[in-house]
Amino acid sequence: MKNNENGMPMKNPLSLQIDLAKFAPATEEEKRQQDVMSESSSFFRDGMKKLVKNPLAVASMIMLAIVLLVIIFAPMIVPYGYDQIISVEGKRDKGAKNLEPFAWSEMEQAYIDKGGKLFPHIFGTDAMSRDYFIRCVYGARVSLFIGLFASLIVLVIGVIWGSISGYVGGKTDLIMMRIVDIIYALPDMLIIILLSVVLDSILSSNNTGIVARLGSNMISIFIVFGLLYWVGMARLIRGQILAIKSNDYILAARSIGARPGRIIRKHILPNCISVIIIATALQVPSAIFTESFLSFVGLGVQAPMPSLGSLANAAREGLQSYPYKLVFPAVIICLIVLSLNLLGDGLRDAFDPKLRK
Amino acid sequence: MNETILQVKNLHTSFFTDSGQVMAVNGISFNLEKGKTLGIVGESGSGKSVTAYSIMRILADTGRITGGEILFRGEDITKYTERQMQKFRGKRCSIVFQDPMTSLNPVFTVGNQLMEAIMLHTDKRRGEARERAVEMLELVGVNEPRKRLKQYPHELSGGMRQRVMIAMALACEPDILIADEPTTALDVTIQAQILELIQSLQKKLGMAMILVTHDMGVIAELCDELIVMYGGRVCERGTVDEIFYNPRHEYTKGLLRSIPNINNMKERLVPISGTPINLLNLPKGCAFCARCDNAMKICLERLPDEISINENHKASCWLNIKDMLAAGKEVEERAER
Amino acid sequence: MPNGNLLEVKNLKQYFTVKTGLLKTASLKAVDDVSFSVGYGETLGLVGESGCGKTTVGRSIMRLYEPTGGTVVFDGKEVTAQSIMPLRREMQMVFQDPYSSLNPRMTVEDIIGEPLDVHKLYSSKKERRDKILGLMELVGLNAEHATRYAHEFSGGQRQRIGIARALAVNPKFIICDEPVSALDVSIQAQVINMFEDLKEKLGVAYLFIAHDLLVVHHISDRIAVMYLGKIVEIAPAGELNGNPIHPYTLSLLSAVPIPDPKTVRKKNRIILEGDVPSPMRMPSGCPFRTRCRYATEQCAIECPALTERGAGSGHMVACWNR
Repeated sequence: MKNNENGMPMKNPLSLQIDLAKFAPATEEEKRQQDVMSESSSFFRDGMKKLVKNPLAVASMIMLAIVLLVIIFAPMIVPYGYDQIISVEGKRDKGAKNLEPFAWSEMEQAYIDKGGKLFPHIFGTDAMSRDYFIRCVYGARVSLFIGLFASLIVLVIGVIWGSISGYVGGKTDLIMMRIVDIIYALPDMLIIILLSVVLDSILSSNNTGIVARLGSNMISIFIVFGLLYWVGMARLIRGQILAIKSNDYILAARSIGARPGRIIRKHILPNCISVIIIATALQVPSAIFTESFLSFVGLGVQAPMPSLGSLANAAREGLQSYPYKLVFPAVIICLIVLSLNLLGDGLRDAFDPKLRK
Repeated sequence: MNETILQVKNLHTSFFTDSGQVMAVNGISFNLEKGKTLGIVGESGSGKSVTAYSIMRILADTGRITGGEILFRGEDITKYTERQMQKFRGKRCSIVFQDPMTSLNPVFTVGNQLMEAIMLHTDKRRGEARERAVEMLELVGVNEPRKRLKQYPHELSGGMRQRVMIAMALACEPDILIADEPTTALDVTIQAQILELIQSLQKKLGMAMILVTHDMGVIAELCDELIVMYGGRVCERGTVDEIFYNPRHEYTKGLLRSIPNINNMKERLVPISGTPINLLNLPKGCAFCARCDNAMKICLERLPDEISINENHKASCWLNIKDMLAAGKEVEERAER
Repeated sequence: MPNGNLLEVKNLKQYFTVKTGLLKTASLKAVDDVSFSVGYGETLGLVGESGCGKTTVGRSIMRLYEPTGGTVVFDGKEVTAQSIMPLRREMQMVFQDPYSSLNPRMTVEDIIGEPLDVHKLYSSKKERRDKILGLMELVGLNAEHATRYAHEFSGGQRQRIGIARALAVNPKFIICDEPVSALDVSIQAQVINMFEDLKEKLGVAYLFIAHDLLVVHHISDRIAVMYLGKIVEIAPAGELNGNPIHPYTLSLLSAVPIPDPKTVRKKNRIILEGDVPSPMRMPSGCPFRTRCRYATEQCAIECPALTERGAGSGHMVACWNR
């Protein structure tokens, strides 16, 4: 030990530098301070920390918050209705058709010149002299509502079906999963079209409330989601439960004497809740997309209620002259779907136990 | 005579995880001589497997060698490109993993995987490679090797699979074989078979071997020299006899005491108290100090230097330095790191 | 034997049906005709290699599987599917894997408290908490850690949590299914010592299942050796170690790597040829005959029964030739 690592000769004898008192035994207290346990954290807190660190997820959360704020508060601020033809001083303004964003019609211009105050048409107006901004806001409301509600239906049916099938197993599982397979094989668009035809005649007699406002097409979309789209969720949950069931802690709970209800409630569901949340978050944009597609082909909400898909469809006619009318709803759909997808991915990265590092 | 084939110098490896930097290996150095077996022993989280993986550069995505050199015949392989590494792996240095279930690909036959390994590193053709594969299977004691070539991994027992893995690792006659807990997943009677196989193969082929394990029994059987690791650092190194019969680090002493053994059946075991070290939060002093019965104040504050006990034995423990001081010897201090 | 045994297992059989093809099934005899007993406060070690059925024995006794045949008598009462629920307060289990045996979404307090909840063993929140803290102290856990999640602990601490959970109902008998094999040696010794202390303090009996002969020797009063679903030898620990009779026990003992280089160099080892046969294709007669160097024709015809060697020695062996 004449040289140190770098081959430098050392001149200072240890005895001159190190205080011999340091060779006294360390106390228990001192030793315990060396043994530090990492800070306590729950699974949820860990996941949230990770989510907040993901810039894409944060950006999409901000985006969604902005969209939500706009669709909640814009109708309170903007003095136009989505089905209301623009009128100036109680008179219908026939000249307010197809205005460009922030443009005024002649009547409006005259009114403003007189000193009156009007709210600008942020996105312009449509071919029936309605304010396009408020129509887009309502369209986004409808799309989001349908997306969330449809996902909720899928969630409830899928979780119940999947948990029973996965937990009970055996023959029950076999039969339930074959039913899922059959439903998978059904052509969904065809069923939506058929259902909307059938439901139209049934629902048209009942012309009140939300049914009338949304129209039979929308109701049939919900029914189709309820009937068909839960199968993916059910499969996912079943797979998850089968994986969790093979863990020793389920065996441990059984050997303690816990009953099946308790095992599902306390041990299985809490361990697949993250997967359920992620799957639901990713289900919402897919439902929005389906709705927009159906509205675009004319099977969506009943006029005059707008949805982003039907707005885009209506904009097709004047595409040459007014391209922005297609751009607005299309961009809104993209923003909503993209931020929901990115948020779903972010949730998965943050909460999926399989992806933890 | 004793040619040093692999030199690890002050290796540092860390994993960058969500919860922070896990400092798995913190400056370990050793030399491996041709034809010798070096054992690396330690508990889980001691950095023994990470050291092996660092040499092969097969760390998980989050892991990175953050410092030091690994010299193979004088060439630093940490500076190799991925292409050079591919040549190095298999041909120069092979690894046998703990779990023979997961280290063979279930969708290919044994023959397919063996021949691929052979053809990758030699210019042998298919037919020649098949002959070589049969030869290798014979060498590792697989009965009916021609029949086995056509079988899938799941058709073989655990012991057989481990033999196939060894055959695959040795197919290109590497200079170094790294065995990472090669028998931990096997039953005792099969373990005995495999240990004997490894021993006889090493004698026959004369390669150098690094044996990574937590099992002192396996070390006692196979190794010439031994490194004891704790908290990603070397506690003690030396010949097997020196370490087993003259341990000079408190961790090694504790480890040897805590093993149940035939002669102390009815005596109470003497465990090491406390819990394994948290690699996210290494203490600035000796990593073992929190669990050490004889810890001193200096142990908490500073890392001990490695001191030679004799020519075959070195240990990094302040207690040795204290003894030397007490005996009136002069101990020179290294510059502060 | 006097009628003073806590647990009597007689001719326990546990077969599983395994799919071998699209429609074909085969019977897997995981446990085939196993009988043994465990006295009050006694530790019986059960050793064997993977796939020998030792874990299945434990789970069949716990009725986690419905046995194919045989009886289990616990504390004078026969265990049936109906009577098992109350018995779960007297018989508990500790699992091998300290990682998968604790629910990652529960705090230590809730894990240890679960048996108390299930069997309603408290009358107030305070009583529950006191009981849990008492249990944590008993197994050497720090009370400050009660609100932490299981994943924050090391393997040894997790195993302590698992043991505290088993002890919560104050059982007379604990089945330990390889409780230390996933732990590091230095931690292993801590847990083994704790098992011994608990036995002393609480008078519990253990069925200690493991593959590590040294560990089993250390903790057990008697040891049973299993091979392919059958018990081949059962004897007091010292006797089995000093005077092993069955050829399988002999090779098992000689295969254990000894952490002592000088002894190893001198040792002459009996290395068994070949592998354990698949339990799907059991050899006729004695299951060990395919690897046994003493095997004769008789071994292929009939399976030997466990017979006592030396009256009153308690050393039973199932072998024709030794």
